[in-house]
Amino acid sequence: MAKKKMALEGLKVVDFSWVFTGPMVTKYLGDHGAEIIKIESAARPDGTRLMTPFIGGEMSLNRSGVYANYNSSKYSMNINLREPRGVEVVHKLVKRADIVLETFGPGVMKKLNLHYDELKAVKPDIIMLSMSMFGQYGPYANQPTFGQLLQATNGFVNLLGWPDRGPSLPVAAYTDYIAPWYVMIALMGALDYRRRTGKGQYIDLAMQEASVHLAAPVVMDYTVNNRIQSRQGNDSPGAAPHGVYPCKGEERWVAISVFTDAEWDALCKVMGNPAWTKQPEFSTQFNRTQHIPELDKHMGQWTKGYTPEELMGMLQKVGVAAGIVQTGQDLVDNDLQLRHRKHFVEMNHAEAGKHLTERPPYRLSKTPSQPSRPFPGFGEHTEFVCKKILGMGDAEFAELIGANVLS
Amino acid sequence: MADEKEKPPMLDRYRVLDLTDDRGALCGKILAELGADVVKVEKPGGDPARSVGPFYKDTPHPEKSLNWFAFNQGKRGITLDIETKDGQEIFKSLVKDADFVVESFTPGYLKKLDLDYAALNKINPRLVMISITPYGQTGPYSKFKSPDLVTMAMSGYVFICGDSDRPPVRFTSDQSYMQGSIQAVGGALMAHYHREMTGEGQQVDVSMQEAMVWTLCYAPHDWYLLKALHHTRENGLWRRFGVTYRLIFPCKDGYVCYRLLMAQPGANVMNDLIESMNKEGFGLDMKGIDWSTMNFTEVSQDKINYWEGELGKYFMNHTKRELHEEAVRQRNVLQPVNDAKDIYESPQLAARDFWVEVEHPELGESITYPGPYFKSTETAWFKGERAPLIGEHNGEIYLKELGFSEEELMTLKRDNVI
Repeated sequence: MAKKKMALEGLKVVDFSWVFTGPMVTKYLGDHGAEIIKIESAARPDGTRLMTPFIGGEMSLNRSGVYANYNSSKYSMNINLREPRGVEVVHKLVKRADIVLETFGPGVMKKLNLHYDELKAVKPDIIMLSMSMFGQYGPYANQPTFGQLLQATNGFVNLLGWPDRGPSLPVAAYTDYIAPWYVMIALMGALDYRRRTGKGQYIDLAMQEASVHLAAPVVMDYTVNNRIQSRQGNDSPGAAPHGVYPCKGEERWVAISVFTDAEWDALCKVMGNPAWTKQPEFSTQFNRTQHIPELDKHMGQWTKGYTPEELMGMLQKVGVAAGIVQTGQDLVDNDLQLRHRKHFVEMNHAEAGKHLTERPPYRLSKTPSQPSRPFPGFGEHTEFVCKKILGMGDAEFAELIGANVLS
Repeated sequence: MADEKEKPPMLDRYRVLDLTDDRGALCGKILAELGADVVKVEKPGGDPARSVGPFYKDTPHPEKSLNWFAFNQGKRGITLDIETKDGQEIFKSLVKDADFVVESFTPGYLKKLDLDYAALNKINPRLVMISITPYGQTGPYSKFKSPDLVTMAMSGYVFICGDSDRPPVRFTSDQSYMQGSIQAVGGALMAHYHREMTGEGQQVDVSMQEAMVWTLCYAPHDWYLLKALHHTRENGLWRRFGVTYRLIFPCKDGYVCYRLLMAQPGANVMNDLIESMNKEGFGLDMKGIDWSTMNFTEVSQDKINYWEGELGKYFMNHTKRELHEEAVRQRNVLQPVNDAKDIYESPQLAARDFWVEVEHPELGESITYPGPYFKSTETAWFKGERAPLIGEHNGEIYLKELGFSEEELMTLKRDNVI
């Protein structure tokens, strides 16, 4: 079967990143054809390798479902970076590479003699990006933390939940799903700059700073209007009904959004024009927004007679925005659109077995993404990279393994 | 870093024709920050996104939407009615020399106007067209009406958020639009990379739903691998595989985010925190515990709850800022739950020269915007001007660039083409 051409064919990345954010970026690059060589160390495997859920339900370094998702299309090798000869191997990789990505805390790469100045000496046009929580400098730069807590700093935790209660927790570390796309943007931008000028660069990218960009209007509402926005449940200015309503079945819900009188009329028709909809409180879009609790109560009485699938079908048909409040099960087993998009790709790993990797949310029409291999086992490609990619001889390789420089 | 003003932006002045509304505006904004020449194309009278609040001094007005300012800053703006034949011709002549088109219309709309990718590709085979929609260009849900709440629900995100005694919730912010937009830039620049290598343009078909599914981390994989839904909505608690942690703790003036640490990381930091707590009479029996040998799956939930209770009492005595700065000193992980004021006043962002001022002459003042999210040895984030007024650059584009005469422009305006 002819392989479709890949957008990033020929691009080479040396990837020191670990856990979630960096690996997602290099997975996206790898899935579009780039060569990704992931550096792990025997003493410190990527922390995600021990995260639930496990493929086959059994814990092991090569069975993490999340690691599997974030690390398709990559080679992985173990190098002892504290050994000078390990650093030499890194230099050999960098010499032929376009990009170096790292997401350790500030100062770590410097301590390993793998900072930009050292790597630039090896490859003058190298593009190196360091992604950290707060940036490489500043009063908080050296504070250790993790994404699940960092997300609280960019305002979105405060904006999730109910006005009469404390904030609710986002599903996962939400900032971990903003920052990688900015890393991607900076890397692709740097590649373009290099193409036009021949120059590489060192980029210091801060997760928190990138995520604050999404909160720009919220910050401006404060600096201009002195208003501190807060969580509003499911409300949206000018919309009513606009909420999540209970359906037939346990923990089954539907989301309905009505912004105009025309949508309201269509909704009422589907509901059979019940008497309550003719009350003056519900007669105009404005009036409805002033009587949300009563409106939501009425809506819930109606929706609980149906499944969310039925409601989505009935309402979308007449141009009313409605959607199932889907669960992980819905996404994987039932969602016809994700199936159409082939969002979930079933992969098979030689040791762990079947698992899913997800596709980036965009389809390039001529060079679509395609995972080239399942996630790498721990140390799976050390020998392959050294011998087949770097051309290392058998004796040298054996020596480095024996000396624990490689594993 | 020195000489920020001397450094060029990363991208060349690539021409971007931006037809998006509030669902895709952030994509073009990011390209503008990287140096692209982004031209917003709005229908005569202005894009409907201008009516999305909040508004400057709470005055609803098409030239005063803060949402519009935020996500269209750095772009120029023209008016053009692409539903007219003249408008379509003009748009096509702009496409001839464009590098990117970005749009967020319902699939099928541009095809009816003969302005879909198939048509534009014929005019300019190098064109990269970015299409941002809730579900993608094709497929059974592609024509669904799907404002943010509905897309968030369909992505699986809403189900896991909120409190167990109330319906699930979304963010009070249109995150699906933003996720679609920021992901779109990555895809666009990949297509651009390929275009520069081969001369071939293509369409970048972005799905907001898929972008939000990415943010779920575990949920689809829990189901596929274990046939279980492990996530439940529990307000400030996080429950996974039978262990429940509190993550959001009330404090004196709001909330902080913290997670009880055990095992090796815990050994390094818990003792300092407990010492502070002990000084105020809390967690006295937490002193002397060897956190480094503990495994959270082996500790009883009651014990975890008790310890978290003691932490909570200590936190209630202090403000967000106090607790966070103590954590920075102690090298502990705690973070404040920031609101807009906290973000604006962050000493870290100030130290990084993060905020920039953009002048709004019409308003008689400048407004503060988020600035550089990266520092580079070679290039710099580009600030640009405030978001365009309606039709502000019609003269520059139509007269200077396309060579229309003043009369032709008047005619087009009279006929509501621009």
